[in-house]
Amino acid sequence: MDGMTLVTARLPLLQVDWETLLSVNLPTLLFVIIGVPLVLVAYIVGFDVLVRRLPKRSQPSVRPWVWVAPAIAFVGLILVYPMIGTIVRSFFDRHGDTFVGLGNFVRLLTDHGILIVLRNNLLWLLLYPGLVILFGLLLAVLSDRVRYEKPVKSLIFMPMAISFVAMAIIWQFMYYYRPPDVPQTGTLNAILVNILHGQPQTWVQDTRFNNFALILIGIWGGTGFAMVILSAALKGIPGELLEAARVDGANEMTVFRRIILPLMMPTIVVVGTTMVIFALKAFDVVYVMTAGNYNTDILARRMYAELYNAGNYANASALAVILLLAVVPVLIFNLRQFRAVEARR
Amino acid sequence: MMGRLIRVLALVSAGVLGLSACGTAGTSGKLGGTVHVLGTWSGAEKESFDAVMKPFTDQTGVKISFEATRDLDAILQTKVAAGNPPDVTAAPGIGTLIKLVQQGKVVTLDDKLDTSQLNANYGADWINLGKVDGKLVTLYAWASLKGLVWYDPKAFSAKGYQVPKTWDELMTLQNKIKSDGGKPWCVALESQAASGWPGSDWHKEIVLSQAGPTVYDSWWQGKTKWSSAEIKQAWQTWGQILGAGDSNVYGGKQYMIATTFGDGGQGLFSSPPKCYMFNQGSFITSFFDGYTPKPTAGTDYAVFPLPDVNTANAGAHVVSGDAFVMTKDTPQARAMLKYLATAEAQDIWVKRGGGKIAINKQVSLSDYPDAISKSLAQVVVDTKIARYDAGDLMPSDMRNAYWSAVLKFAQDQSKLDTILSDLDKTQATAYASP
Amino acid sequence: MSVATAAPPAAPPIRPQAARTRWSQRLSGQISNAGLQVAVLALTLAWIVPTLGLLINSFRSGGAFNTSGWWTALAPPFNFTLESYRHVLGASDLAPSFFNSFMIAIPATIIPTTVAAFAAYAFSWMKFWGRDWIFLALVGLLAVPLQLTFIPLLTLAVHFGLTSGNTILGLNAGFLAVWIAHTGYGLPFAIYLLANFFRVLPQDLFESAEIDGAGPVTVFFRLVLPLSVPAIASLVIFQFLWVWNDLLVALIYVGGTPEVAPLTVTLTNLVGSLGQHIEYLTAAAFVSMIVPLIVFFALQRYFVRGILAGSVKG
Repeated sequence: MDGMTLVTARLPLLQVDWETLLSVNLPTLLFVIIGVPLVLVAYIVGFDVLVRRLPKRSQPSVRPWVWVAPAIAFVGLILVYPMIGTIVRSFFDRHGDTFVGLGNFVRLLTDHGILIVLRNNLLWLLLYPGLVILFGLLLAVLSDRVRYEKPVKSLIFMPMAISFVAMAIIWQFMYYYRPPDVPQTGTLNAILVNILHGQPQTWVQDTRFNNFALILIGIWGGTGFAMVILSAALKGIPGELLEAARVDGANEMTVFRRIILPLMMPTIVVVGTTMVIFALKAFDVVYVMTAGNYNTDILARRMYAELYNAGNYANASALAVILLLAVVPVLIFNLRQFRAVEARR
Repeated sequence: MMGRLIRVLALVSAGVLGLSACGTAGTSGKLGGTVHVLGTWSGAEKESFDAVMKPFTDQTGVKISFEATRDLDAILQTKVAAGNPPDVTAAPGIGTLIKLVQQGKVVTLDDKLDTSQLNANYGADWINLGKVDGKLVTLYAWASLKGLVWYDPKAFSAKGYQVPKTWDELMTLQNKIKSDGGKPWCVALESQAASGWPGSDWHKEIVLSQAGPTVYDSWWQGKTKWSSAEIKQAWQTWGQILGAGDSNVYGGKQYMIATTFGDGGQGLFSSPPKCYMFNQGSFITSFFDGYTPKPTAGTDYAVFPLPDVNTANAGAHVVSGDAFVMTKDTPQARAMLKYLATAEAQDIWVKRGGGKIAINKQVSLSDYPDAISKSLAQVVVDTKIARYDAGDLMPSDMRNAYWSAVLKFAQDQSKLDTILSDLDKTQATAYASP
Repeated sequence: MSVATAAPPAAPPIRPQAARTRWSQRLSGQISNAGLQVAVLALTLAWIVPTLGLLINSFRSGGAFNTSGWWTALAPPFNFTLESYRHVLGASDLAPSFFNSFMIAIPATIIPTTVAAFAAYAFSWMKFWGRDWIFLALVGLLAVPLQLTFIPLLTLAVHFGLTSGNTILGLNAGFLAVWIAHTGYGLPFAIYLLANFFRVLPQDLFESAEIDGAGPVTVFFRLVLPLSVPAIASLVIFQFLWVWNDLLVALIYVGGTPEVAPLTVTLTNLVGSLGQHIEYLTAAAFVSMIVPLIVFFALQRYFVRGILAGSVKG
């Protein structure tokens, strides 16, 4: 805060109610920062004391619920409760008073525009999670071996720290098109024209490659996420394990394939699952770059348009249900995965 | 230091106990209180709005708490549906507002405003625009004019071009520019999530001027089909402006769909000019100001209204305006709307520029900051048939489909029939009551 | 700073410095060290080009970057200007909105992280009825589109008075609503991530702790949390980042009026509603990035190898 005071003190335009800021808001913030964790820790410790008073026999069946109760309460209120309404609405007409069975689903899935939407979501599913994990893993593993690991990771992480409003501008600087008779201002077209002597392209509008251009934005933003988590998992692999393998004469590739990769697999599954779900509900990039024009529309943006532009809560709900159903195969895969981990220990 | 600490601690305890200053009621008989306004203005527009509201706050003690969002549709609908509406909403388009009116979420203004004053100061068109089912629900304060052709007078005189007075003269000029080896038009349609709207401005201006206000009204109301002869003809007329294969437009279709509308005027000012004419609303000057080098109004650019396509509808213009609705009936909100209807309030933004034209007739033409804005205000005064931007009047999914159709048409005019039948499909569902 | 309150200080990590040096010596022998360096640098370079363009353009005028590429500014004449930064830092609501962002983001990071750690512990090391299915349902809820929760939840918030304008103990009640909302939105991922890391902790740790008579609370605070510091650190980073960069959730639950608006709202509103002066957003992006990057740098030191080293044998 002191640093900020110095910066802002030189700016006469800035009118700050320091009195309120320091006397009411700041103490409130401190109160919250200290108070909230205290309450949560007190909850766990307090209830554990209560559980210990129960008969020894019933403790193991009661205790877990104490630990998961806050999470279930929050998720139940914030996600499950609205989703129940959503699922119900998806079977009613747009006024919400006539039951139409699967009518909304049938209409949405037979709409002539839906094929493009499904194709694009499939494209996102095929490219986005795989490449994010590939680059994330590559960067996590490689940067682990160079002395400048921290700067590298910080730079890769940076796109994550950029809000999506700024992201639109960044990629406008990358993809911007200007006619061949004026200097290009977009990075890609400048490389294409000045170095490769080609014709400038409308990267975002041309249906031949615009979906790839949009997915690339997603990959650029998501790789930092994968890298950080995968790197956390990599750091969890005991050094002795790797040493032992090398002493046994294994080369780096073998060490990676036989030791690092299997040990990181559960984390890769976590990142992969998250990325698959993110690919299904991808929204920001398409919304700001094309608004679904030029054959780039995807499910989540379509849902947004049904909700706020058409005001059709029923259709939006049906699309949300489709999204939820699409996740089921991934969940089944996860179930197998963590039962396997359980079985191993 | 110590004294400050004690003072701070005292305030902390007061704050934590909830005893902090809660009295906002005015002294000396002022109304006091706050109006929570939801709108889209940000940047310089927000500063201008603050300037407009300052005398009001000084006089009445009513504070304005302004919340801006680029995503008004989403935020407004959510807040209203959840029972937490703002007091007043200021919207650039009224498609969303009409839905709220139909749901009965908007306060009617007939008995809240001084209607005789309003009738005296406002043109009948502007009052009627604010009515839904005969009830006044929307108050307009400022207008901006669409269908304006910007050009560089130096470039025109260098080539001996004359400002066209009729549609035929425009067509002749277009051909002359082409035969001189130039490009008549710059057209830029990119606007992120709203891409396509600049082209819809072209099309609706043509609909109004070509087919007349009756067709225009029944079209945005969803009663005239997109594939009807009149609406289709307007697309084809715009197609003549663009030329076969977009040959009349600098950079062709790629330039049109990839260029941000605000940058679209750059071509006028390069030498030699990339294009000679650029159609945009009156606010575009705020983008011209950001060009390097900065063009000067009057010498580097001037403007003429798009000529009448059909002389039967001479003097017809598409306008848009800042619409205010009351989403919660409070004495402060009523006072605020009353104030916004006055010439005093509207004059403040007019003087600050930004392409705003006052709707209250008492605002003097001499208050406009430069010759161009004065001439635009004069156009509004002379307008015989004023119609609100059709896109903004349509339900927002119809409007979005309209914008997308513009992009498709600009890329391939031969697909017009498919585009129109798709629009008809959207029209069939978009107007259903919520 | 938030990790310090979310998790008790970690046991000092044992740095296997010796092992590391030997490893890198080996490495240079086995694969081409130069190749490694080139690969890392090339990837990094490719990743920073877009951001670099933004950074350079943030020191140029809007008129300049609309007509020439950012790289042209790297050659003389260097027409750099601080105009965009001056405008952003001079914005009248900047300081309060910085504060509001902290006010939203810190609790909205602490609460879900703590609650998720409790739940993840139960999901990975306790047995109870329906455990796997509840866990799967939680992961599945990651797919819930947030927009569909807004109307029902805001209705509830209005009903219980948790909206801006009301105060609870001197605190704007809208903040409370946004903390609860962000907690709910963040929990599925948080639990999923932490449970995955908790689950692979070595079983003998828990067994020996049990023999020593340590209860679950002790095991959780003394063993599970310290051993999972990298995972918790990465969760804190992401949750903080998502909340810090969020625009929509904040607008819905606390609103965008100056006294409650977070930084994202204030910075977005520097630009005209039609996008006039988009150059201000270039500078705004970096001003807004400072805090998440500080959080990242601060927590990066917890990403160290060897916390588990010595405690387990392959």
